[in-house]
Amino acid sequence: MALKTPHILSMSDLSREEIEFIFQTTDSFREVGGRAIKKVPALRGKTVINLFFENSTRTRTSFEIAGKRLSADVINISKSSSSVTKGETLLDTAKNLVAMSPDILVVRHPSAGAPHAVAKILQRARVINAGDGAHEHPTQALLDLLTIRDHKKKIEGLHVGIVGDIAHSRVARSNIRGLQTFGAKVTVVGPKSMIPAGISALGVDVSYDLAEVLPKLDVVMMLRIQTERLDAMPFPSVREYSRFYGLNPQLLKKAKPGIVIMHPGPVNRGVEISPEVADGPYSLILDQVKNGVAVRMALLYLLAGELESVKGEA
Amino acid sequence: MKREAYLIKDVRIFDPALKLDQTGDVLLRDGKIEAMAKGLKPEGDLEILDGKGKVLVPGLVDLHTHLREPGYEHKETVETGTRSAAAGGFTTICCMANTNPVNDNAAITQYILQKAREGASVRVLPIGAISKGLQGKELAEIGELKQAGCVGISDDGMTLMDSQLMRLAMDYARGFDLPVLTHSVDANLAKGGAMHEGEVSCRLGLKGMPAEAEDIIVARDIYLSGLTDCHLHVAHVSTAGSVELIRQAKRRGLKVSGEAAPHHFTLTDAACEDYDTHAKMCPPLRGEEHRQAVIAGLADGTLDCIATDHAPHATVDKETEFDQAAFGILGFETALPLSLRLVEQGAVSLERVIQSLTSSPMAILKRPYTGLQVGAVADVALLDLQHVWTYRASEGFSKSRNSPFEGWEMKGRVLGTWVDGKRVHQG
Repeated sequence: MALKTPHILSMSDLSREEIEFIFQTTDSFREVGGRAIKKVPALRGKTVINLFFENSTRTRTSFEIAGKRLSADVINISKSSSSVTKGETLLDTAKNLVAMSPDILVVRHPSAGAPHAVAKILQRARVINAGDGAHEHPTQALLDLLTIRDHKKKIEGLHVGIVGDIAHSRVARSNIRGLQTFGAKVTVVGPKSMIPAGISALGVDVSYDLAEVLPKLDVVMMLRIQTERLDAMPFPSVREYSRFYGLNPQLLKKAKPGIVIMHPGPVNRGVEISPEVADGPYSLILDQVKNGVAVRMALLYLLAGELESVKGEA
Repeated sequence: MKREAYLIKDVRIFDPALKLDQTGDVLLRDGKIEAMAKGLKPEGDLEILDGKGKVLVPGLVDLHTHLREPGYEHKETVETGTRSAAAGGFTTICCMANTNPVNDNAAITQYILQKAREGASVRVLPIGAISKGLQGKELAEIGELKQAGCVGISDDGMTLMDSQLMRLAMDYARGFDLPVLTHSVDANLAKGGAMHEGEVSCRLGLKGMPAEAEDIIVARDIYLSGLTDCHLHVAHVSTAGSVELIRQAKRRGLKVSGEAAPHHFTLTDAACEDYDTHAKMCPPLRGEEHRQAVIAGLADGTLDCIATDHAPHATVDKETEFDQAAFGILGFETALPLSLRLVEQGAVSLERVIQSLTSSPMAILKRPYTGLQVGAVADVALLDLQHVWTYRASEGFSKSRNSPFEGWEMKGRVLGTWVDGKRVHQG
């Protein structure tokens, strides 16, 4: 089997079978991280460029480690160290990088659709969207789905709550699509001023009351408030936000037994999640991070591997 | 100097404002429509054109365009913009004030008119700014703008958010008998928006501009029009709400008019899928219910005219991230065929479409309308309503290429445009 999509831009590009296939591939890479010598030669001679126009710790490091464990040559470019600061456009930067024949471009950008624009000008190299504005973050959704499956055995039929700044969350949009592909029910929860107009078209339930929804959930994903994307404060104070939409031990008592708690990071402790909950027994936050490396190894491998059969150059 | 002369034979002479729809010959000579009759046999040196199956209409008038000169000559100039207008059948166009420097004083107006005298294909009527520098803080020298040749005032591209200043502007403009043309988007409500707020913006993760951002400003300005007795012309109406507000205002007898842009009655926000920056404009492409309301408004006369909002942008302004891209698209050369689609679909009559592109905009400018009659100025366009062709921005006359209609099959073509009896376009 091979992936039909040349690029990983959106979770809607991936069928359930393809995601299952990505997970099978992931399983074969998981143990590499536990070895003394954490390296396999799968992508020797391949070049992966991490093109990050936005700050990132987790995702960039995860992609870098994933590439290096596969023996690919990994180059990191951040906005501050690139020619973008000299006035070069995104597409010119991308064209110049492509002229150096990379195999995969991993793109993170504050503008929704930026990786799509890059993908359009490429003929040979592949693009992985590592987060574009408030649009999507498909590799995060894949690692989240895998983490849920690890702990719940199957995703179908689960009720998943996504809580917080839905309007600005690419993680929410990717997870909604991915969870629906697997037949889970999704409820988004947050202050109404942080739920985007038109959300019902995504086929989710909407609630403004976390305390009311929490007891029904099998999985709860807490999101960070994306202050860097806010024009105006959509709620009166962090204190009030935390009181109504933060997950704390007291509220957690109302949850179903076996609930699992996720967070894509970075966590703002004491705002959307209290430290006791983030570090508590139901939290899968670090499992998510761990799975992230293996999932990204699988994606790099599947995309770069496919290049073998592609004739012609970019 | 010898003037050009043309005899267009057996042509359908169509001017709905004058209730004229007949077949005959038309003689254009010495800048005038010299004669209109069946079987004309004039003397002298003239070019004879076969008008059989073709339609002669008054030259089209566009209240809303951006010629980008001075300041943005890499996007368009008075010369290239008016040449493109001529190709679209336009003979008179108004250009908005958001040049650099802004057309907020007589010197800039005179500069634009000088450029027009030097190299324009069609008549250019500048629109002056309402506020200095379009900053919304203090009034521009509106009286002098009119004296220099401005036919209206507008802060197009920016909404004048200070209601008190808007009231003063309308009071003052009323005294000079100038219409105020408004770009109606509540700047706070639509802040940071890149497209219409709705299901598509939610899916794409782009910040939206709600329809209500337009409705609120249209409602405010209608009230201010009532308060000041000033003629309010609402530019590029894009929402069902504002169509209804204008309809009610007209019923109440207020001096309010409105215009529809071809892109708003042709496309919806679905065109933004795949982050196509050529679908990015302000006001944005809306949902289907809004598109239908704009068409209905045009059909029943709530929206008086069709105006292109011709907004040329260089490739660098459009080949970029969607949220960073410039707002606006080319308009002149696609306006007529896109409007004729409404006729083809049975949504709007041919009479209304031609009126909304000729006599109606002239009425808003309170300029004499002469149309197709003997002795009138020979500003006319010869059309083939059946001709099917494919639009390519690269084959057009604008300096820019930013059109979402690239590759579209168009029906209806401009075969010739005459300004003051001089042929300025041959298609």
